[in-house]
Amino acid sequence: MFDVFAINRWQYYRELLVQLIIYILVLLVSAVFIWLLFDLTRGGLAHLSWEFLTESPRDAGRAGGIGSILVSTLLILLVALFVAVPLAWTTAALLSEFVPTTSQFGMTVRFSLQVLAGVPSIVFGLFGNAFFSIYLGLGFSILSGGLTLACMLLPILVSTAEAGLRAVPQSYRLSAAALGLSRTATLFQLLLPAAAPTLAAGLLLGIGRAVAETAALLFTSGYVDRMPGSLLDSGRALALHIFDLSMNVPGGDTPAYASALVLVVLLLSINIMAMKLAYGLQRKRIMSV
Amino acid sequence: MFHSVLTDTLVRWILRAGAVISALVMLLILIFLLIESWPVLGQITPTRFFTDASWHPLEGAYNLMPMLSGTLLASVGALLLAIPLGIASALFIIFYAPAFFVLPYQRLIELLAGIPSVVFGFWGLTTLVPLINQFHPPGASLLAAILVLTLMILPTITLTTHSALKAVPDEFLHGAAALGLSRWGMIYGVVFPAAHAGIVAGIILAAGRAIGETMAVLMVAGNVVQHPQGLFDPIRTLAANIALEMAYAMDDHRAVLFVSGLLLMILVMMLSAMAGKIGKHKYV
Repeated sequence: MFDVFAINRWQYYRELLVQLIIYILVLLVSAVFIWLLFDLTRGGLAHLSWEFLTESPRDAGRAGGIGSILVSTLLILLVALFVAVPLAWTTAALLSEFVPTTSQFGMTVRFSLQVLAGVPSIVFGLFGNAFFSIYLGLGFSILSGGLTLACMLLPILVSTAEAGLRAVPQSYRLSAAALGLSRTATLFQLLLPAAAPTLAAGLLLGIGRAVAETAALLFTSGYVDRMPGSLLDSGRALALHIFDLSMNVPGGDTPAYASALVLVVLLLSINIMAMKLAYGLQRKRIMSV
Repeated sequence: MFHSVLTDTLVRWILRAGAVISALVMLLILIFLLIESWPVLGQITPTRFFTDASWHPLEGAYNLMPMLSGTLLASVGALLLAIPLGIASALFIIFYAPAFFVLPYQRLIELLAGIPSVVFGFWGLTTLVPLINQFHPPGASLLAAILVLTLMILPTITLTTHSALKAVPDEFLHGAAALGLSRWGMIYGVVFPAAHAGIVAGIILAAGRAIGETMAVLMVAGNVVQHPQGLFDPIRTLAANIALEMAYAMDDHRAVLFVSGLLLMILVMMLSAMAGKIGKHKYV
């Protein structure tokens, strides 16, 4: 980036040394990570097939596939989103459009969400077990797993949606007010559509977080690997399936590799979509200014 | 006109209700952790968590210290490795990389930031643990936990350091270049001081993540409750302990697990409060 006009010899060697160290460290990091990705691909690809994706696991997961696991994962995710998204987006709309940034109420809500964002996932698991499974009597079920995840997703959904709404140019709000639109109409007709790409990107990030989660689901949605019949059945999430296969099932490594590959590819595509949406938004903004 | 004012009020109340519920979730979690740990917290003095002879919860011995030390050792070890690697990665992306490598390397780090902990744990279990086992059995050890945690927090440190370095105003760099500073002279003398608050905040964030991490550590650390004598001894962390014993814990034992959850949460909350405070002081 900058030309180096080395003043003396010592400085010149120091520059070279620092550059060398940084290159070596970066090479090391890249090598380890490529090793990891290569291992996953090589271990999983051979076992991957259409049958693996659609069949239910047999023999504790050594044979069969992950069909029922995928269904459980999807159901847990849907429950979580169904609860968390309305709560998160109303909170974000209130924080960015209806209360002043420095108001006591806004600060309290924001602080509470900030703390929530730092809570370790195993603690969400403890809470979910105590509150949803036992206190509310939902037992080990997809419903209590999904509700636990909903609590986990709140902070990320709120913060992305709030950032998206705040990024809408102030002139939109002023023009709407000048045209005599009510604040509700401004919110629904103007601000939410304008912020839609960020809302979607935040939603995808939340989905990624939820699909990757294991610890919070251990004692809430449970271990049962059969096809779930209702939301009150226990259902095993994909991440938990990988954990169980590798820790508790001797000879479960091959299906575990394949499941891990499926999970990583799933998360990768979700993240790429989220990034595309976020970048697309930036480009649109630059063009419209 | 009246109609729209009415809708506005209604919508405002609906939004307010949503926000109140969102804010109450945190309170609800705290209350339930306290209620569940009360059978033990109300009965015994908290010092017993540090002075009991051992961790034998079924016989009423609740020494959490070995697990606390395991948690801290694994986290500190991971930070010691991940901080230089992460900062070097961020410096590489911004100052040192040939233009051709910037984007691929950045994408690689972002990709890794999205890999779930259970996959890191699985890879550690199938690749790292057998590898360490060849040098020094049993393989599942403090070292394995440190290495897996390093991989997990490295992307966090890289990405936060990257944005902290990027936030350094261009004039600073131009000024340094105009004064004839060498590249490292500029980074060490100008960029680091200007960006240090952001970098430290990112590191603290990563520390919180390392302390709270459960699955990856559980899979590679060996899970023996003991003060490790060396890098190759198995350890058990607080979070892993909860995951391991929740399934069969009853009564007081269960309550102690909630106490350790509470302890974990307080540790992480303190760290994130610190990160928030430091992160606010930008451009010293």
